[in-house]
Amino acid sequence: MKTYIPCMIIAALLGSIHFAAAADISGKVRLKGTPKPEIPIQLDAMCGKLQPKPVTTRHYVVGQDRGLANVFVYIKQGAQKAPPAGEATMLDQVGCMYEPYVMGVVAGQKFKIKNSDPLLHNIHATPKVNKEFNFAQPTKGQENERSFDQPEVLVRMKCDVHPWMFAYIGVVDHPYFAVTDKDGNFTIKNVPPGKYTLEAYHQKASVAGGKTQEVQVDGDKKIEFELEVPAAP
Amino acid sequence: MTESTNNRWLHRLAVLTATATLFLICVGGLVTSHGVGMSVPDWPTTYGYNMFAFPFSKWIGGVFYEHSHRLVASVVGLVTAILASWIWVRATAGAARWLGLTGIVATLGLMGVRTQTMFVALAVVAFGVIVFCALRLGKDPRPIRWWAMIAFCAVLIQGVLGGLRVTQLKDELGILHATLAQLFFVLVGALAVTTSRRWSESKLSIYDTGGLRYFYLLATGMILLQLIIGASMRHQHAGLAIPDFPLAYGRLWPATDPASIAHYNQLRVESVALNEITASSVILQMIHRITALLICLAIGGALVRTWRRFGWESGFTKGVVAWGSLILVQAGLGAATIWTNKAADIATAHVALGALSLITGSILVLWAFRCMQPAARQAEPLSAPMQNQGAVA
Repeated sequence: MKTYIPCMIIAALLGSIHFAAAADISGKVRLKGTPKPEIPIQLDAMCGKLQPKPVTTRHYVVGQDRGLANVFVYIKQGAQKAPPAGEATMLDQVGCMYEPYVMGVVAGQKFKIKNSDPLLHNIHATPKVNKEFNFAQPTKGQENERSFDQPEVLVRMKCDVHPWMFAYIGVVDHPYFAVTDKDGNFTIKNVPPGKYTLEAYHQKASVAGGKTQEVQVDGDKKIEFELEVPAAP
Repeated sequence: MTESTNNRWLHRLAVLTATATLFLICVGGLVTSHGVGMSVPDWPTTYGYNMFAFPFSKWIGGVFYEHSHRLVASVVGLVTAILASWIWVRATAGAARWLGLTGIVATLGLMGVRTQTMFVALAVVAFGVIVFCALRLGKDPRPIRWWAMIAFCAVLIQGVLGGLRVTQLKDELGILHATLAQLFFVLVGALAVTTSRRWSESKLSIYDTGGLRYFYLLATGMILLQLIIGASMRHQHAGLAIPDFPLAYGRLWPATDPASIAHYNQLRVESVALNEITASSVILQMIHRITALLICLAIGGALVRTWRRFGWESGFTKGVVAWGSLILVQAGLGAATIWTNKAADIATAHVALGALSLITGSILVLWAFRCMQPAARQAEPLSAPMQNQGAVA
């Protein structure tokens, strides 16, 4: 009996560790409806040399099985404030386009902005909650760090030298977010157990705050969203 | 501004200043129409360079428009300084002459210290000088010199406002900058009129029986209000808040509840970075449309009243016909701005014609107050040179 008791305690502890372990929320965002065609971008002569292929706007990037890219999926309610899990994604300017088009950072987390083009850009953040900034990156390879202090989904970044250049950054106060890939897939890693409200926010296909779902995390979860192209009035 | 210094070259310089100002307004219109006002993030430097030494190879994309705007503004500032100095020197004697001239030259010299602090300090002093000049206007028999000094101070403040709009990231400063541009254009236009020989030779010659002077003033005020509304729309950087005309989102009056506004934003497929539409921007465009209609009616009314009073041969009638024609073309350009999804050249032409409409109205007001006297004073004899009705303009 004496040997059983410690074994039972150890087993109980291991079990509790298993249930308390973080899990992944993964899934897919699909688009319902047919969006307007994207607009071809008329690059100027200098940018045209850097971007040999025709480029268009990226409002709706739809992949396999109607998967919608560039959707910012994040825990909207229920998550505790937490530090970033690693280094933030870098916002790059390549061929007079922003890469990535949508990314996420944790509030207060520094992220890099790089100019990979052999010409000048300005980087102009136009948030509604956070502090606006605008600075120059005149030389190729220049990197600067910036951060946003407050949660805000989404902050628009733009280049006024090349007005077709704009991208979005989702700012949340925890690291539980993801951006859908070209086929609409996403994975939010290491989410602690709990009950959350998950939101899929797309700049054009979301109405007033995106689409939300309740999710109980007690192990890896699969979630599917369907966003809709807005109907004309 | 009741007398002329009556010098042909001075008048020509004033006309040149007004023309350069119109050109500057056009370049400013190109900046906002292309949405590139923030493409040079620093001021008074340009990407760290002294703006006069900024390499031409770097005038790319939006920088071309914004940097050109800054350079043309510098030229307008310099020409205004010369005009103000000339008028001041001709109209002032004694120590005041040299004090004013030294002030202008010293200001130009200090502008060589190209720091934001220096420019802001100069603008604050310039504001004080404007207040001083305004107080002197009513007391001085030669007020044109004070107007000229106000023009110099205004162009300096205007430049600083434009710079601060960039560095302080404030759209409100942009609206103020655009409004002051129109007022400055009116001021230098008035200097051009009042330095002309025709102005100095004209006298009170017509009885204003129908309150025409105030009718012109009212219509001109409405145009100024319309230009301020237009500037507010442009400086929201939201593109077209309403994409259709003559209807608005298919209705006579568009819905402006939050759900509808969110829906309008979703439906937009913009190729450039535009701010989101708001309820206020939709309402502002509706007010712009209604004001345009009221201006058309006011100027139509002014034309009928002027024609009934003076007939077709009067200079005033011809002036109002030209004014009305400008307004009609302007209304057409407003519609075309929407139909072309705010094509930059059309939108800029709309800005330019707005400024021309304002200056035309302002010139009519000036001449009307110069040549017309109230009907209540009909018992008094008119001045000798111009007793024929409408002969002045």
